[in-house]
Amino acid sequence: MKEEIVFAGFGGQGIMFMGKAIAYAAMNEGKQVTWIPSYGAEVRGGTAYSMVIISDEAIASPLIKDPTICVAMNGPSLRKYEARIKADGLLVVNKSIIDIEPARKDIEILNIPITELASEAGDHRIGNMVALGALLAKRKIINVESLIGGLKDIVSSTYHSLLPVNEKAIRKGFEYGSR
Amino acid sequence: MAKKVLMCGNEALAEAAIIAGCRFYAGYPITPQNEIPAYMSKRMPEAGGVFIQSESELAAINMVFGSSLTGARAMTSSSSPGISLKQEGISYLAACELPAVIVNIMRGGPGLGNIAPSQSDYFQAVKGGGHGDYRQIVIAPASVQEMADLTMLSFDLADKYRMPVMILGDGILGQMMEPVEFKAETKPGIKKDWILDGCKGRKPRIIKSLILNESELEKFNLKLQKRYKEIKDKEQRCEVLYGDDSDIMLVAYGTPSRICRSVVEKLRKKGKKVGMIRPITLWPFPEDAFKKLAKKIKSFLVVEMSCGQMIEDVKLAIDCARPAHFYGRTGGEIPGEDDIIKEIENING
Repeated sequence: MKEEIVFAGFGGQGIMFMGKAIAYAAMNEGKQVTWIPSYGAEVRGGTAYSMVIISDEAIASPLIKDPTICVAMNGPSLRKYEARIKADGLLVVNKSIIDIEPARKDIEILNIPITELASEAGDHRIGNMVALGALLAKRKIINVESLIGGLKDIVSSTYHSLLPVNEKAIRKGFEYGSR
Repeated sequence: MAKKVLMCGNEALAEAAIIAGCRFYAGYPITPQNEIPAYMSKRMPEAGGVFIQSESELAAINMVFGSSLTGARAMTSSSSPGISLKQEGISYLAACELPAVIVNIMRGGPGLGNIAPSQSDYFQAVKGGGHGDYRQIVIAPASVQEMADLTMLSFDLADKYRMPVMILGDGILGQMMEPVEFKAETKPGIKKDWILDGCKGRKPRIIKSLILNESELEKFNLKLQKRYKEIKDKEQRCEVLYGDDSDIMLVAYGTPSRICRSVVEKLRKKGKKVGMIRPITLWPFPEDAFKKLAKKIKSFLVVEMSCGQMIEDVKLAIDCARPAHFYGRTGGEIPGEDDIIKEIENING
């Protein structure tokens, strides 16, 4: 198993964190992981990405040119990465704010109303957790419980009161992706 | 071994420095190494050490100078433009035989350049960016684990040979997160009988770099050279993949070595005789390994994030006995696997 995942969206959507959350959970399951952020002069509202590789074997290059999975949280990300996804790959599209229809026929596409599901879970800002849940429903890279269980370790204890709502958002996304 | 933690390279390096006994850090912010001072600002006080955000890079390197001569394990870090500013201080550290660890997480240059990963400071690091007949040991990690392990080694080497050691990383290595396990704390085994810690009850010691007496400076410089020779004999480090069974050897350090490793894995699956040598010490350059390889393989392909700097040391090491080709990207661009494979195909014809 080797998945090369690109998370992309606006700065402020939690793009770095969703990469870290899945990488951390995968590490705890004994898998090899790498995580690379975009570290340009990103600001809230600008574009950002994080690249995560999860593999059973040692990872040579941590850089991803053609991902096997892309989570596009906004329109510019979809435009940038759709063409690059490997055949039979997965594209998760944030339907809430993306009104472009993906054109690829040789990949699996999951259109998901991320913001609405996040709001239903209790906070419209945690769409990144919804997306992660949906991703894990489509690709069983790691157990969704590992993701949920790992959050407390990588979130500052100041915000631990928000863990239940994050868990809810992950489960919402997972349910949606399992349909 | 302790539990694995997920950390970025800059933070792993900083934690390893503290484990290695570093108790003085001074630095001035610059991307892409800001996680080092940020981490140190929190951890250093916890460890009972001193963290200073200095007013400039010059101040930082000179604070490291002052701290080192009292016997402390001291470190500073910066990225390319800031490292240029530290060169005077590094020359003085070398002249005064003071151990120190200097971290350069390279970004695109020249000038302020950009903040993307680069390796264009190789010449500066390896050939001596400051003035005078001096050397510094230059260490090149290629993973977050090595950012930790080789930092601990760097402090040991600095103390052992009483000289500055530079850790030469790039923006990707600093920013990337990977699992890392920290080795247990090592006790610095070297007694420093030269430090300035108050001369009550003993003869005063003097640390200075001005040597005006006739022929004294040459004598001193030759003493340094003798030490450098010893380092060349003892401290060359590198990793070799498929050294006994390759027609062409890729040569790369840092992030490009990770990309080249992917290339080697891919081409080996297709039965192509491609290997890699990855220098871990850039000074001393692993000449002995190159000399051995030059007897067995047909050609080298040096891959760098620069316009061609390390390739000069490759040519020197193999005495131009084999063709040394070059593929590089510059200005913060990263060589792609496909581009390297194309270069290999061109060379093989």
